[in-house]
Amino acid sequence: MNVSFWLNGEYRHEEVEPDTMLLNFLREKGCYSVKCGCETSNCGLCTVLMDGRPVLSCSVPVLRAEGKKIVTMEGMQKEAEEFGSFLADEGAEQCGFCNPGFIMNIFAMERELEDPSEAEIREYLAGNLCRCSGFVGQTRSIKKYLDYKRIQKKEEAEA
Amino acid sequence: MLKIKSYVKVKSIAEAYELNQKKSACVLGGMIWLKMGGRNVSTAIDLSGLGLDTVQEREDEFYIGCMTTLRDLETNAALHEYTQGAVRESLRHIVGVQFRNCATVGGSIFGRYGFSDVLTMFLALDTWVELHQAGRIPLAEFAKQKKDRDILEAVIVKKTPRSSVYLSQRNSETDFPVLTCAASLSEDGARTVIGARPGRAVIVEDKEGILEGFSEMSKKEKAGAVLGFSEYAAEHTAFGSNMRASAEYRKLLAQVLVKRAWESLGGIKA
Repeated sequence: MNVSFWLNGEYRHEEVEPDTMLLNFLREKGCYSVKCGCETSNCGLCTVLMDGRPVLSCSVPVLRAEGKKIVTMEGMQKEAEEFGSFLADEGAEQCGFCNPGFIMNIFAMERELEDPSEAEIREYLAGNLCRCSGFVGQTRSIKKYLDYKRIQKKEEAEA
Repeated sequence: MLKIKSYVKVKSIAEAYELNQKKSACVLGGMIWLKMGGRNVSTAIDLSGLGLDTVQEREDEFYIGCMTTLRDLETNAALHEYTQGAVRESLRHIVGVQFRNCATVGGSIFGRYGFSDVLTMFLALDTWVELHQAGRIPLAEFAKQKKDRDILEAVIVKKTPRSSVYLSQRNSETDFPVLTCAASLSEDGARTVIGARPGRAVIVEDKEGILEGFSEMSKKEKAGAVLGFSEYAAEHTAFGSNMRASAEYRKLLAQVLVKRAWESLGGIKA
């Protein structure tokens, strides 16, 4: 079956099987940041943005992406690097396996929530499981990153 | 793994109904549950092109299209206000935002899953389901029925003045609930729902009328009624055991959650 959608800014026409999930399709196309970590729709590793909203790509048939804008971490390298430096500064990353889905959800949160409290951050990111580093360092890095972005935005507005 | 032979994005509910009469056909909701099974689906029926993915607030009801995501339900300001936050509370612990951006109301309600927070919540409100063939029927009736080949178009919540509350217990955040409890109070009386027993959510019939006239009771009377009813509810509801908890533990939890729910509705400090 035919499907057309935007992948990281590029409009694509593809021929897919009716039961192909977005996760598998994205990996076939070389987006290896998108991973299957649980097979129970629970871990958040496969998170991508669909029209700006975070979704579990393991549960979205590619055919549902028709006409939509899909963004994976491959399409947000600059932003990922920026946030990644905050993670590194807090020593909040050991193996990095869960990192791409986690970072994509942080970008979604940044877009959706204005000035979130720590409780709101935790609630928004509850669906991203990390099994080695722990969430405390991650939360610290997110708060510092959001503060930095807030100051940056303010300075841009004043300039 | 789930296998799909052909995929049809239908143009109308009638077309979906027609296609769904074949036993091997299957209507797609958010795909979260379905994709974990190993079904062989001949025709996957996708309702996502019918504009049934929003919450419409009408004069006397909320009309919630079957393809509305749990996240849209959670962030709907009017529903939030109408249920004093109960709807949001019933949804926010379900896995994560990404999950709730996929899972649909129609999928949750049609599946009538035992673990469903969504079914528990809506059973506590004046909720109806709109089915293509059977028309509008009360959710309480639908929840007891076996799955058939009809198509669930929408979930309708009547805006009867009501105060509601939702509580759940989980072994860990984002896991399935061990027990769910929703309660509401309106002019028609008190309603209490217990779910994740782990069987399907049920409405607890107050056969002894313990909560009758609850709003008119004095504080002391309320406290007595709440305690009495919480014991009654735990005693008169069937519980089972699974890997998350034993029936005995669920029974204890039920008494606590029902008590807390009614303390909250009665404005009694625990």
